[in-house]
Amino acid sequence: MSSFLRRHAGFIVFSAVMLTMPLFTSNAYFLSVAAFAATRLLLGTGLNLLMGQAGQISLGHAAFAGIGAYTSAILTTKSGVNPWLAMLLGAVLAAAVAGLIGMPTLRLRGHYLAMATLGFGEIVYILLVQLKGLTSGNDGIVGIPSLSLGPIDLSTPRAFHLFAWVVALVGLRLALNLSDSRIGRALKGLHKDEVAAASLGVNTSYYKVLIFMVSAVYASIAGSLYAHYVMFISPDSWTLTFSILLVAGVVIGGLGSIWGAVWGTALMMLVPEFLKNFNQDYTNLAFGLLLIVVMIFLPTGLVGIGPALRRGWDRVRAPRGDAGPGSSDDRLLDGASPEEV
Amino acid sequence: MVTGVTIGSIYALTALGFTLIYNATDIINLAQGEFVMLGGLVAITLSKAGLPLPICFFGSVAIVTIVGMVFEQLAIKPLLRASTLSQILVTIGASLALQTAAMLIWGRESLPLPHFSGEKPLWIGGAAILPQTLWVLGLTLVIVVALQYFYRRTVTGKAVRACSVNPTAARLMGISYSRVVLLSFAVSAAISAAGGVMITPISFMGYTNGAMIGLKGFAAAILGGLGNPAGAVAGGLFIGVIEALTMGLPISGSSGYRDAASFLVLLIVLFVRPTGLFGSKSVEKV
Repeated sequence: MSSFLRRHAGFIVFSAVMLTMPLFTSNAYFLSVAAFAATRLLLGTGLNLLMGQAGQISLGHAAFAGIGAYTSAILTTKSGVNPWLAMLLGAVLAAAVAGLIGMPTLRLRGHYLAMATLGFGEIVYILLVQLKGLTSGNDGIVGIPSLSLGPIDLSTPRAFHLFAWVVALVGLRLALNLSDSRIGRALKGLHKDEVAAASLGVNTSYYKVLIFMVSAVYASIAGSLYAHYVMFISPDSWTLTFSILLVAGVVIGGLGSIWGAVWGTALMMLVPEFLKNFNQDYTNLAFGLLLIVVMIFLPTGLVGIGPALRRGWDRVRAPRGDAGPGSSDDRLLDGASPEEV
Repeated sequence: MVTGVTIGSIYALTALGFTLIYNATDIINLAQGEFVMLGGLVAITLSKAGLPLPICFFGSVAIVTIVGMVFEQLAIKPLLRASTLSQILVTIGASLALQTAAMLIWGRESLPLPHFSGEKPLWIGGAAILPQTLWVLGLTLVIVVALQYFYRRTVTGKAVRACSVNPTAARLMGISYSRVVLLSFAVSAAISAAGGVMITPISFMGYTNGAMIGLKGFAAAILGGLGNPAGAVAGGLFIGVIEALTMGLPISGSSGYRDAASFLVLLIVLFVRPTGLFGSKSVEKV
């Protein structure tokens, strides 16, 4: 039991803090921001799975969130479908689309998925603007019903906060389990050396497509939750810039561990709040520069600060020893060899 | 058709920019479009300062080239031995930063630049053609030919090509790989900036325009087979023409679908023939 507690201490403490937050504050604005953070965390966790585990970039994650949000919005407002069913259908649609994009592009080595998702994201955005009959174009869709669980109404900030965080934490837990499972090990293997993984019998393209579909489902559910809470959506929320910001957040948080998504999300929520009193236009500039700085000086991201400090400490204590434990395999991003002859 | 070829020339130059960097480093430079945008905007500022247009053109190209080189020195060079993933991510960061910086400097509005030689259309074979169109086509041709000469005939150009064929062997022959990378970023930024200056009199330039041109150029580079310069040029022209044709389609709001068409082409190419229309079938060595 105690080893269980120790292994999961981080997750338990984090869950406890997020879930008890409504007990300490009833500030609606604060709870709303925290609830948005939960949807962002879902997006970040999904993207972290794809980028951290499989080493692939998606530049179209805003589009998958948009698919979820618009499926929910259109089905509930125009056809009166049950919101939960609509959310499920959105997730199925996102997974199917991800499969269609992933299957031909992830078969190839290199960053073809980044290119395809870039084009795909733009196409989805253009369709959201142009298919006015379905999406009401730039006007957006209003009057999306809020969620309710049986008799419990989830439209108040407090209730939605709790619900969104339960979903986000379940998502986080599943991702943590996934990265520790056979699939996670296969993905890490193929990230480090695809040829070696394949020669050991890992069906590399199958796992890559699978993780891409999972990460699209995360994004889609995040989008649906957002739509039901805000009750209004427009194409502007699902642009390429948002996709890029998501990637930046996840990378700055750290790709080596699922927890990087938590750090990245925290940063993505805090920086704009912080800059609000100053000039919010600087947000993207800050993220762009941070991304560059992190890639150069801290390739493991914020989540790698702890281990890096510990390594530094070990080096101080044992000056004659070499870099210390874990110094090479922690640097996940440096995995590729500089020359491929 | 003429419109298509004109804008297609700009895509072609951007695609060439992608190709040069990709060949030298395997990096997909997602900040390529920002070079186009900076090219246009810097020229606008120089022109507002009262400088004559030729000086604006070369001045802007020179400044953006320096921006490209500084970017390479600051952000790419420290990562030359890291994975391609981290290098691509750095270019995404640069794209975000440059775009926002441009917005803070030049504002949110698209800005105009005077045409290089007047706006009075010329009548050629019964069609009205803006003199600027001829400038775009002519200068693009000059740039493409000059690049061709540089990479085929000069020692430096041959060194660059050697690096893209086999970096290790090239290094053993005494070619400095890091200088080749720097040169590639410089040339790539320069031709993209030139494209940006040329197109600004026709379509204006704002801080977001570069990203879109960059993406189209990128689609063009893939269409032509990533890494194939001739393919990049052909791909650029092809995308430009496809766009012009989409605009003419008899569906409501067809101009809104203009951008979608080129991305659809990108997806189809990636799915069906990822080596590009003109790319050779690459044999994957293990």
